[in-house]
Amino acid sequence: MTSPIAPDLPATARMPAKPRAGVWRRLVKRRLALLGLVIVAIVVSGAVLAPWLTGYDPNEQMFDGLTIEGSPLPPDAKFWLGTDLLGRDLLTRILYGARTSLIIGIVANGVALFIGTLVGVTAGYFRGWIGSALMRFTDLMMAFPALLLAICLAAVFQPSLWIVALVIALVNWVQTARVIYTETSSLAEREFIDAERTIGAGAPRILFRHILPHLLPTIIVWGTLGISTTVLLEATLSFLGIGVQPPTASWGNIIFENQTYFQAAPWLVFFPGAAILALALAFNLIGDALRDILDPMQRGRA
Amino acid sequence: MNSAPKTILDIANLSVSVRGEDGEREVVSNLSLTLARGETLCIAGESGSGKSMTALAIMQLLPQPAARISSGKIRLGDTDLADLDERRMRRIRGDRIAMIFQEPMTSLNPVLSIGRQLTESIEAHTSLSPAEARQRAIEALKAVRISEAESRLIQFPHELSGGMRQRVMIAMALALEPDVLIADEPTTALDVTVQGEVLELLRDLQRQHGTSVILITHDMGVVAEMADRVIIMRHGRMVEEGKTPDIFARPQADYTRELLAAVPRIGSGVGRQKSRHVETATPASVALVKDLHVRFDLRGGVFGRVTRRVHAVEGVSFSVAPNETLALVGESGCGKSTTAKALAGLVPYSGDIIVGGRNLSGLGRDERKAVRRDVQMIFQDPFASLDPRMRVGDLVAEPLVIHGIASREERSQRVAALFERVGLSADQMELYPHEFSGGQRQRVCIARALALRPKLIIADESVSALDVSVQARVLDLLKELQREFGVAYLFISHDMAVVENISDRVAVMYLGQIVEMGTRDQVFSNPRHPYTRRLIEAVPVPDPARRRSRFARLDQEIPSATRRIGEAPLKLALQDVGNGHLVAADR
Repeated sequence: MTSPIAPDLPATARMPAKPRAGVWRRLVKRRLALLGLVIVAIVVSGAVLAPWLTGYDPNEQMFDGLTIEGSPLPPDAKFWLGTDLLGRDLLTRILYGARTSLIIGIVANGVALFIGTLVGVTAGYFRGWIGSALMRFTDLMMAFPALLLAICLAAVFQPSLWIVALVIALVNWVQTARVIYTETSSLAEREFIDAERTIGAGAPRILFRHILPHLLPTIIVWGTLGISTTVLLEATLSFLGIGVQPPTASWGNIIFENQTYFQAAPWLVFFPGAAILALALAFNLIGDALRDILDPMQRGRA
Repeated sequence: MNSAPKTILDIANLSVSVRGEDGEREVVSNLSLTLARGETLCIAGESGSGKSMTALAIMQLLPQPAARISSGKIRLGDTDLADLDERRMRRIRGDRIAMIFQEPMTSLNPVLSIGRQLTESIEAHTSLSPAEARQRAIEALKAVRISEAESRLIQFPHELSGGMRQRVMIAMALALEPDVLIADEPTTALDVTVQGEVLELLRDLQRQHGTSVILITHDMGVVAEMADRVIIMRHGRMVEEGKTPDIFARPQADYTRELLAAVPRIGSGVGRQKSRHVETATPASVALVKDLHVRFDLRGGVFGRVTRRVHAVEGVSFSVAPNETLALVGESGCGKSTTAKALAGLVPYSGDIIVGGRNLSGLGRDERKAVRRDVQMIFQDPFASLDPRMRVGDLVAEPLVIHGIASREERSQRVAALFERVGLSADQMELYPHEFSGGQRQRVCIARALALRPKLIIADESVSALDVSVQARVLDLLKELQREFGVAYLFISHDMAVVENISDRVAVMYLGQIVEMGTRDQVFSNPRHPYTRRLIEAVPVPDPARRRSRFARLDQEIPSATRRIGEAPLKLALQDVGNGHLVAADR
């Protein structure tokens, strides 16, 4: 429906036809999205170039990394972000930890999104017994304590980074599936889907060309929100000893290892926390901008 | 009654502006009007004319924070409403000015009972006790001719039909005997026969209470039936003002003349195309429907068993010849749209649908897809039936892509040609649906339906959502395309006037069955079934000289098509009363 305030002008007078500008070019034009991209670029290059950026080994417990009494050092010229309880350089650990956290945040989250979307769309579009079965299973998964499930799964498999990512994905797809299901089933009722059927469109075409594009905003929002959730879940698992195995660093386990000392040595929690925040924020900014760019209704608005 | 009409509402130089992305825009400009006690003033205009904004401005209910009154005065008696704060305005709303909205489905709160909603407003504005308020509510319901008013109080909105709900809304609005009643398209969402009832009710109540009414409508028929005075608006400005007979007999402004010319008229012969000779009932009919049944199961109980069934379509048979327009008319719930959907392959059915000599039920998937090329559909709402995330050029090309017709360059040429044919320009192919107006979008839908060169196009209420002037142009386009491509239409509509203008043959549906079918002239000049007569009589005529004293009234609500398992509805037998004019026998 148009609102009663919409002008009754011919469309061409309102907006000239624009060439199909690339998504990338429109993305970098937005200041906030650009900021997000820059942060992600910094984190990625920090992770990749870690051995060249720092002279320390992430797992080396340095004798001069602790005070005489054995407490960690605050940030100074030698250890830029200070040292942790075992006298390891915090900056180095955060740089190496970025590798783990990025893999968890992107891979685990990506797999979770994929499973969730697949289940949600299938159940929402096809309905019937297959839809009911899938959604009852989703409800069951939701009711089951996620942490307990993760512990069970992690106990069955040998803990490794990839297994941890998989475990997190298997726990985290549920909410996405639920949301995508609701949205797909309401989309499937819309008249333009009926219109597609009358011109002879089959299920694959309707799903990929007409339903998925509408789900994109939701997927993007859940995707960006999921990054911080998964990074923190990984930290929880690490804390319980079934995540990434020490001494391998991840942002989550740096926080958990040091959280009891946060009053005495706040930088130990602050810096990895800020890193998680910055990464999640960056993906959020990119996601927001992507959502607007991919929405034709928003075209022409800055 | 006073001899000199006393002014109750006086609007002077009202301007309303709305803040958008590109700055403030005036949606109502410098509007002045007066409303006398006991008078009915119609504000008529097409969408975007600012008529609803005027109503909301009077009620101080403009959408916040975007819209505001930028200048002008709205005087109700001695109070200037534009200056009142929200707290004092609340006391005026409902008590001195009441409003009825278009959509009775959404303007009642679905989780509160009718009685609760009625007494709430009474208690808010008066010092009546709950018992007295209840009594007042019962009286209000009786006044709007709702039977068994007392037992209705405990009912919820979903238990009432659309017409009943609108009557409850009127009861609520009039319970406190306001000075001014603003009715914003009060009958647009209702069926014609119900519309007549509601209009008559409004007129009677107004006479009894001396309420002043501002009736906002796009329907010139309603204007002619109801108004003492008319204001025609366009783009936020008043185009013309005058007494109703003058406006209809001697319109001064060009726009008023255009508007009146575009209104489809029933029975007058104006705009009615000549009867064409069409070969009917030949073996070469493009679509043949035999004994079509569509039933929907309703599940209930703990085990989700089928307890009841909606008998949406019950044994409908008809054929459509090439180059012919068959209109399927009836009120909501009569099964006309379900018939269309069955024909378009959107709902499962039993019975036979034969397209181009091939029975659809016996075919495999690929064959059915091939036959489907011959039957295309245009939906009611051009805003909902186009994927908002696709460019219109791609949308029109899509049928060609799906059926693997033509190469890429050839496709875009064909799409461009289609765009020009339906009155759009090829440059507009790159735009998205929301960048078009309603009429333009419906043109896109028509181009899309034409892309496969179908033999039959089903038009399901395809012009109902459009403004009259746009509607007239789209109907002309459909007629032109029929002459050019020889396509047949199954034209589904509730609007008898439009049907009379476009159809060759007409089938009238009631409760899932056809009660009368014949050529356009047979059905309109000599309606034989009482229901057909009632439908035709109920259409408001855009001519104040032919105002009716009483509207055709249904004796009762249309019965429900939902039945318990095992209770099949009685099948009507159609009799030929001469020259293929089929009428259901009286029961």
